[in-house]
Amino acid sequence: MIRIRLKKHLHAATGPLLLQPELEAQAGEFLAVTGPSGSGKTTLLRMIAGLETAAEGSISAFGETWLDTRQGINLRVQDRNVGLVFQDYALFPNMTVAQNLHYALPKGAPEDIISELVDITELQELMGRYPARLSGGQQQRVALARALVRRPRLLLLDEPLSALDQRMRARLQNYILRLHKAFGLTTLIVSHDYQEIFKLADRVVRLDHGAISQPELPDEVALANAPDGSFLLSGEVLHIEEAGSSFLMSVLIGTNVVQVPAAIADLRGLQPGDRVEVRFEAHQAILSR
Amino acid sequence: MESSFWQTLWLTFQLAGATTLILLVLGIPLAYGLSKSQSRAKPLAEALISMPLVLPPTVLGFYLLLAFSPSSALGAWLSETAGLKLVFTFSGLVAGSVIYSLPFMVQPLQSGFENLPRHLAEASYSLGKSRWETLIKVELPNIKPALLTGIVLAFAHTVGEFGVILMIGGNIPGQTRVASIAIYDEVEAMNYGLANQYALAMVAFAFTILAAVYLINRRMLRTA
Repeated sequence: MIRIRLKKHLHAATGPLLLQPELEAQAGEFLAVTGPSGSGKTTLLRMIAGLETAAEGSISAFGETWLDTRQGINLRVQDRNVGLVFQDYALFPNMTVAQNLHYALPKGAPEDIISELVDITELQELMGRYPARLSGGQQQRVALARALVRRPRLLLLDEPLSALDQRMRARLQNYILRLHKAFGLTTLIVSHDYQEIFKLADRVVRLDHGAISQPELPDEVALANAPDGSFLLSGEVLHIEEAGSSFLMSVLIGTNVVQVPAAIADLRGLQPGDRVEVRFEAHQAILSR
Repeated sequence: MESSFWQTLWLTFQLAGATTLILLVLGIPLAYGLSKSQSRAKPLAEALISMPLVLPPTVLGFYLLLAFSPSSALGAWLSETAGLKLVFTFSGLVAGSVIYSLPFMVQPLQSGFENLPRHLAEASYSLGKSRWETLIKVELPNIKPALLTGIVLAFAHTVGEFGVILMIGGNIPGQTRVASIAIYDEVEAMNYGLANQYALAMVAFAFTILAAVYLINRRMLRTA
């Protein structure tokens, strides 16, 4: 069980922000943290890992106190034993895959954990390669395996798959799920991708304006978006073109491209590559196969 | 060729080698500390380290001469406690060169550290590794081009120094007479042939070492 209660002042792109998340996760749970960019999701993860300090608050995990500002307790990142995976993988360029994994092994610890991780993430063929010679998906598999060599009980994933294409993402999600189950991990993932959240997470919390929402089931999040029978889908803007007095926006939702009419007021500096949420009014759904 | 020619060249390389070794030991922690520091005093420390870049060498040499002289507090203390005499001695030249070439070691290393992705060190910490182990096994191996640049610049800059050495070393053959001083000396004595030998040796040395650095750097970038 993990209990987190933190307070920290941030200077976000949108101005000063008081980040004060409160969060609980059960052991073995897969929890997703979502929310608009600049809402402090990454900072939250970094504070849990011990890479940033909170102004005040407490973190307790699996019966240990990692942080308690009132009692002056603040375990170093080295002593918290969390698995941490960054969006940019952060593999050591001077080491091969095998060396990256062995580096993470504590002195005197049995090496069988490495072969177990290599089996699950299917890295056998890549052990002798340097990170520069790996694809993004391969690098992320190595980063996942490396993060678990120390047998942490908590795995923190900061948008781990956002630099990968859709197909690679789906494969990597399977690896993440397998590792989560095989090692009985408690996992926290920061993600924007509803499809990813649905597939991976047991519960979702939303971080907005520095505060965190009550945890919900992934399908509750979707249903809460549709009280009147409409759908809220998130996608990526591909293209914007003028169509008479308004605009036509091509949005990639999942693997489908949808054209959405938009007024000038809705565009407000939107550019191809931005993420948007599109609400569809669907009073009648017709299924066919 | 005169034996004093080889003696002078050998002394020049000894001075540059000793200076570079000491600068490596001093420069790595200094550059590492500066790259991680967010202190308000950081610009002051950076300015202090970079002073030799803009000061005339004679200014630096003048103050070092005063500081090292046995009549000064520092000079007297060094001579009493360590038996170290730094004026007109080889050790004095090393001490002066270390200060004079410090920015040439610290600046490349500092920018090397600063250009490393922050996540590399953080990933290492999250794997339970100390700052020391992370520095030795992750950070230093990944700034090899910066290390090479620092070593070469410090070495070459020490070989080429003149003003500081003239002020605190003088021109004692086998002790403080290095190549750049010898050239000046031979020209003053109208001995152009020998001056030319020294000068040519310096030109050849400078070109060889710079070409080697660029070649090695290119290979490192290709394999990285």
